[in-house]
Amino acid sequence: MRRKNIEERIFKSLAAAATYLIIAVLLFLIVVILKNGLRALDWGMLTKVPQGGFYFGEEGGILNAIVGSFYLALGATFLAFIIGLPVALYMNIHLLRQRFWLNRIRFLLDVLWGVPSIVYGAFGFTLMLLLGLRASLLAGILTVTLLIVPIMIRSMDEVLQTIPRGLLESAYALGSTRSEVAIKVYIRQALPGVITALLLSFGRGIGDAAAVLFTAGYTDYIPTSLNQPTATLPLAIFFQLSSPIPAVRERAYASAVVLTVIILIVSLAARLLSAKYREHVIK
Amino acid sequence: MNDTIIGIHHLNVTHAGTPILKDVNLEIPRNRVTVILGPSGCGKTTLLKCLNRLIDIYNGLDVSGQIYLDGEEILNRRNDLTRIRQKMGLLSQRPYPLPMSIFDNVAYGLKIQGLRNRDELADRVEFYLRQVNLWEEVKDRLKSPATRLSIGQQQRLCLARGLAVEPEIILADEPTSALDPLSSTCIEEQFMKLKRDYTILIVTHIMRQARRLADHVIFIYLGEVIEQGTPTQIFDHPQHPTTKQYLRVGH
Repeated sequence: MRRKNIEERIFKSLAAAATYLIIAVLLFLIVVILKNGLRALDWGMLTKVPQGGFYFGEEGGILNAIVGSFYLALGATFLAFIIGLPVALYMNIHLLRQRFWLNRIRFLLDVLWGVPSIVYGAFGFTLMLLLGLRASLLAGILTVTLLIVPIMIRSMDEVLQTIPRGLLESAYALGSTRSEVAIKVYIRQALPGVITALLLSFGRGIGDAAAVLFTAGYTDYIPTSLNQPTATLPLAIFFQLSSPIPAVRERAYASAVVLTVIILIVSLAARLLSAKYREHVIK
Repeated sequence: MNDTIIGIHHLNVTHAGTPILKDVNLEIPRNRVTVILGPSGCGKTTLLKCLNRLIDIYNGLDVSGQIYLDGEEILNRRNDLTRIRQKMGLLSQRPYPLPMSIFDNVAYGLKIQGLRNRDELADRVEFYLRQVNLWEEVKDRLKSPATRLSIGQQQRLCLARGLAVEPEIILADEPTSALDPLSSTCIEEQFMKLKRDYTILIVTHIMRQARRLADHVIFIYLGEVIEQGTPTQIFDHPQHPTTKQYLRVGH
């Protein structure tokens, strides 16, 4: 009896230690970024594009990167959704009985999910040359789309898989065709999960540096067309952090703060929105 | 036996080589309550799912034989599934309302049939909600999600939803097993009322419920029809030893 108690305590302390360590690391990360970045973060940082001498610590801001990142992540999320939703629905409605193929498709998507983004960057670069594109917003969007499509499909797929069999039976028993089940039942039932999938993909897209390194280029201006290169927040951090000038390095941290806050807002929005649409969900 | 609505001939269902239903031959009488009895796992649910072809959405099931509904072969792949399924309303063990409002749940089947007129939809929804005694409880919150209803109310909603497509047959798979006694009684009363106009096929484990409702009783054991007949024949004078034993333990 005593031995069991001791065992129990040891495992509990180990688990607790690991949990608090993770939380501590996260808090430490946020503190470091805030401490280094907050001083440089002012209104001008958020509302101005780089002016002359910006990269030597003078006037200007990172509006080009903020807007560029939003354009890029929104475009890629939209494309990935347009491609991903039908795939996820097809897998869960038409392939429902084809276990063999379903397992293989899922495995493939999981592998794609795990492929490092620099590989997508390299692939996107090849694709870009092949299509005769320059480093541009369009090329960046296409590359990031490739990167987040597996995430989008698999997260929607996971939600669709949890739909109870009984609900499907009820819907089919009423005489619905597969398309009606897809549109009226699946999407509604999966809506909270779909929102999570959207925002998860958006978060991944906006934060990735390697995929856009060769494909989106970098510029001090806000792009006005898909053919122009665009700045992105991860690359803004990358370039400024490699500067020898302390004031510029500080701005890199300020950019990191901006990126972190965006991710934070997106995550919160995901939580709130999916809770809002959860009331219809049949468990 | 009187007028037959469903005729089942040599129905065999196997899953990966294991038989679930073995050479089932049955005639289901029109506008009567037929109760299917049998221990768990004997194939009762599979039999119901063959009737509305829900077995189609399952993996690895081999089905052979014929099922005739009003003379039409149900298992024939070329037949219109929507039309076949809308001839039958399904009430499952646990209610599964659709992920939409109370109103839309009942209107769902009607919309599939192509009914678009708002006034007519509202009339029909009210009619069927009244028919299952749910109207008074929900008339002020038709737009709220069906998930907010109690489980007993949800089951009645599912019944209304099934009735709304105007089926000839109601398939009920242990429709009261998840419900409290009051809701169960309510569902049973609906069945008594509905049996004038519908053919009802119920799977149940509750002997007293079977006795109260049945016009015709079928006893299935390990995928085979062991015995069938009127409630008096089955409950009071069972012929087969397996039936006798099941009834003794089940009481």
